[in-house]
Amino acid sequence: MLTKRIIPCLDVKEGRVVKGVQFVSLRDAGDPVELAKFYNKQGADELVFLDISASHEGRETMVDVVRKTATALAIPFTVGGGIRTLEDMKRLLRAGADKVSINSSAINRPQLIKEGSDYFGAQCIVVAIDAKWSEEDGTWMVYTHGGRNKTEKKAIAWAKEAVALGAGELLVTSMDQDGEKNGFDLPLTKAIREAVNVPIIASGGAGKVDDFYEVLHDIDADAALAASIFHYKETSVAEVKASLKQRGVAVR
Amino acid sequence: MKIGVIDYGMGNLFSVEQALKRLGCDVLVSADQTSLLACDALILPGVGAFQDAMKRLHDTGLIALFDKVVATNKPLLGICLGMQLLFEESEENGHWQGLGIFKGYIKQFSGKDSLGKSYRVPHMGWNDLQFAKSPTWLDQLPEERYVYFVHSYFATEMDEGDLIAYAEYGDVRVPGIVQKGNVTGMQFHPEKSGECGVYLLQHWLHAVEKGVATL
Repeated sequence: MLTKRIIPCLDVKEGRVVKGVQFVSLRDAGDPVELAKFYNKQGADELVFLDISASHEGRETMVDVVRKTATALAIPFTVGGGIRTLEDMKRLLRAGADKVSINSSAINRPQLIKEGSDYFGAQCIVVAIDAKWSEEDGTWMVYTHGGRNKTEKKAIAWAKEAVALGAGELLVTSMDQDGEKNGFDLPLTKAIREAVNVPIIASGGAGKVDDFYEVLHDIDADAALAASIFHYKETSVAEVKASLKQRGVAVR
Repeated sequence: MKIGVIDYGMGNLFSVEQALKRLGCDVLVSADQTSLLACDALILPGVGAFQDAMKRLHDTGLIALFDKVVATNKPLLGICLGMQLLFEESEENGHWQGLGIFKGYIKQFSGKDSLGKSYRVPHMGWNDLQFAKSPTWLDQLPEERYVYFVHSYFATEMDEGDLIAYAEYGDVRVPGIVQKGNVTGMQFHPEKSGECGVYLLQHWLHAVEKGVATL
């Protein structure tokens, strides 16, 4: 039976892991490869590296982080952040990443999804959607640049479009819940899950063990992603999985 | 021991190479048939579309390698798309001829089971292997049986005798390990499958070393 996945996310800036509450204040939480080893040992099912470097040098460092991780570990991982071209995808996938995640670049040029999917297969292409509820629009809208810029796109419609273009998975982050630790955005995750047939990773808002049960069991998301609660050891991947298992959710 | 990874321009060779090195192998990543055939065993990796992969094998002339592999009983392991290529035909984006070492064809997950209930495509994540029998290169089945799958197509209508292990997904029996003589296929990624992946690779390599990887 296919199991639900628990995915720690490592925000990497210039080769170091950082995580900010609501993407603003950043705190240094360590070396990416060491953290990857730590999470692998704890039973993480996958890892996501999100490169938030602004510089060209920072992006080169990320390729190095990817190579070192793939050299050290037999765990699948996704890399996102700053991927704008098919060439960017090639560099990361050839360095040992299993999937690449694209966000703003896919919004600016949706055809990038199709190019990546045709070249590497849909299973390598994750489209990350940062969504926030808009009273004005009466639905969730897509945001870019860490939640600063609102786009014209409605999250659900964009999810469908991305999948039609060849996305093999969606990483859905709630900008309302991110950093708040009040639990995942269940209505958002449910709406997107029902709109498409590819696996969904729910992200943003994990604050306690029970939050994972809600989104994986009640909403039937395929995977749940979290950062700070794992990095600052408020809970552990092992603890989350043990609790899920005890409550009858299939985990590895 | 030297393992040749067939480099035909498709896929994630780096992770496979590193996994083999972690297990103490010398690894040659190459497109040169003579050097590849001088290795103790070969790995056919692959990520991407079936027709692109077959086209690359034809364009590079590497297609000729497989007859020699079979004729000389050289152990060969196909991984993910590399396993699918070993079958007769695929329906991915049309109809495409494969290498035909295994009987059967490669079909897309429909996303709906026979009761009309939908399931997600791709089949992505950790699923447990159910062993139909033991491969010749494995004397003891692994305790940890979760392996990492990520694919939208699966092998079907194959010879039952070639099926070693499968995973259940939707209402599909997904062949996970297949073996016919010297040729083995793994639909999942052993190089990304933690403890169980390491166990399987280690035993396959061990059998290669002892010269018992074939029937």
